[in-house]
Amino acid sequence: MSTTTLQTPPADQVPAYDEPRKARKRGDRGLAGSLASHGLLIVASLIAMFPIAWLFYLSLGPDKDDYLHPAGIWDKMTLDNYAFVLQHTNFFDWLKSSLIVSLGTAFIGVLVAATTGYAVSRMRFPGYRKFMWVLLVTQMFPVAVLMVPMYQILSNLQLIDSYLGLILVYLTTTVPYCAWLMKGYFDTIPFEIDEAGRVDGLTPFGTFTRLILPLAKPGLAVAAFYSFLTAFGEVAFAATFMLSDTKYTFAVGLMSYVSEHDAQRHLMAATAVLVAIPASAFFYLVQKNLVTGLTAGGTKG
Amino acid sequence: MTVAIDRATGKRRGDRAPRPGRLQRLKHSYQKYWYAYAMIAPVVVVLGVLVLYPLVEGFYLTLTDANSLNSARTIGVNHIEATYKFIGLDNYKDILWGPTSYDRFWSHFIWTIVWTALCVVLHYCIGLGLALLLNQKLRGRTFYRLILVLPWAVPTFVTVFGWRFMLADGGIINSMLDAVHLPSPLWLEDSFWQRFAAIMVNTWCGVPFMMVSLLGGLQSIDSTLYEAAEMDGANAWQRFRYVTLPGLRSVSSTVVLLGVIWTFNQFAVIFLLFGDTAPDAQILVTWAYYLGFGQQPRDFAQSAAYGMLLLAILVVFTSFYRRWLNRNEQQLAI
Repeated sequence: MSTTTLQTPPADQVPAYDEPRKARKRGDRGLAGSLASHGLLIVASLIAMFPIAWLFYLSLGPDKDDYLHPAGIWDKMTLDNYAFVLQHTNFFDWLKSSLIVSLGTAFIGVLVAATTGYAVSRMRFPGYRKFMWVLLVTQMFPVAVLMVPMYQILSNLQLIDSYLGLILVYLTTTVPYCAWLMKGYFDTIPFEIDEAGRVDGLTPFGTFTRLILPLAKPGLAVAAFYSFLTAFGEVAFAATFMLSDTKYTFAVGLMSYVSEHDAQRHLMAATAVLVAIPASAFFYLVQKNLVTGLTAGGTKG
Repeated sequence: MTVAIDRATGKRRGDRAPRPGRLQRLKHSYQKYWYAYAMIAPVVVVLGVLVLYPLVEGFYLTLTDANSLNSARTIGVNHIEATYKFIGLDNYKDILWGPTSYDRFWSHFIWTIVWTALCVVLHYCIGLGLALLLNQKLRGRTFYRLILVLPWAVPTFVTVFGWRFMLADGGIINSMLDAVHLPSPLWLEDSFWQRFAAIMVNTWCGVPFMMVSLLGGLQSIDSTLYEAAEMDGANAWQRFRYVTLPGLRSVSSTVVLLGVIWTFNQFAVIFLLFGDTAPDAQILVTWAYYLGFGQQPRDFAQSAAYGMLLLAILVVFTSFYRRWLNRNEQQLAI
């Protein structure tokens, strides 16, 4: 008996999707299956959510060691940390640096890579394979490969601790990446459109700018967005190349709350939440296109 | 079917029978392809200036004994010229089989391989499992999907700090373990548990990408294949083995390659989780960073040499991976 009562809630749900017929279709599960699926998904969702939720909870505690006795936070919850972060720290400086660097990287990356994406999608020129291979290899550069020489070159050019320097560094990964993503997107635009353009007397460049580019706006947006995210979340270069604390990006700024002597973890948590909310809202807007661009799009040689 | 002319031309490079002279061919190819080259020119220039030049410079550095004491630097108004000298392949020799090379290179190398393999396997299996669950008709699956993507949506540097709070000695994870009378390990101090924690956090961060990609792959499998399999009396496992897995092949091979590359290069998780406090949990990437920027004096030459070795490992891996795929007549992808 007890098992039947336990299983009632999902039992209500199953018929909602079922056609009123007796034979069980593929994809329909028995009660146990349904229950197990929901159970697993709920557990997974909790695991996925918990660290973020926890960070949020800790950000409400007014004391820097509250993370060690979290139960105490419940009674003295406050938004003071947020007020303090917004008023008395470099939060807005960091926001400015993060935005300048990320937007700059995204904009230049897409601008430079757009024609290349089109060329590798439509034209088979000698050296094509090698070029694609170079694009792939460049994307998988470990940070360590270019870090030392870049540091030396930029310090010779007096570009350490400048936004431009950091943008140039990020372009090394985002340019090949954008080209790759956009190739995938251009591949989905029918070739007939190019041909129509040619027949009407457009040059390849004309076809590209007048016909294809307007059609490819969503693809460009995805590429720009992805470069933005990459630059926004990058840690190693930002930590090494930005020296003055007003020029930190968020990734570096957050680290600066914890030093040897003083760990202001409550402020760190509040800042982290302030960064995470807009970033993830932004992410959800484009996530569907992102995955298609990453896997399906780039997958036809 | 009309196919764009450009697409057809390049593929027939081989059979342009009687070949004209070299100059003629160059001219011909220039006329035919100049616009393609013009279009890729911006990227070629950017890569040449921003990647190739530093790469060559970096390679030269690996042949010297450059560090922060003998490199060119400016202190106040005084500019000091570089005094490092050329020492050939000594850096590589020292890294690969010099004294204590096991502690400095090979132990990190082995750990990096283990780390990459374990993380990618976990990413893939958990991601596939969740994708299969989400691919069913299920009430609220859009909701589940949105929540499960969360770890990917939040920037890694934010979530890693969240994990640090949880893993701290006395943090929530140890409190919970204490509450059920399990031993509470020193996640951020003991070297075995550091590695364990690093894998756990990275798995948590990486599953959503796999899940979403594989879900996309699952949805593109033709459902009539399942019906046919069922007609033939295939049970659930057989349908998974002979319909689902082959149907996912091209997505799988791509995401696994991406996963390997990203995990191998995963800097943020380990760097932010432990800082300098975990010599044993450093993978090659973070170790190279430590050599070049995390210690005094900064050892630029060795750090750059590590970088070159890392790049070599990745290039070799990717070539083999591609060849292996081709031999199995799978289409990757890239």
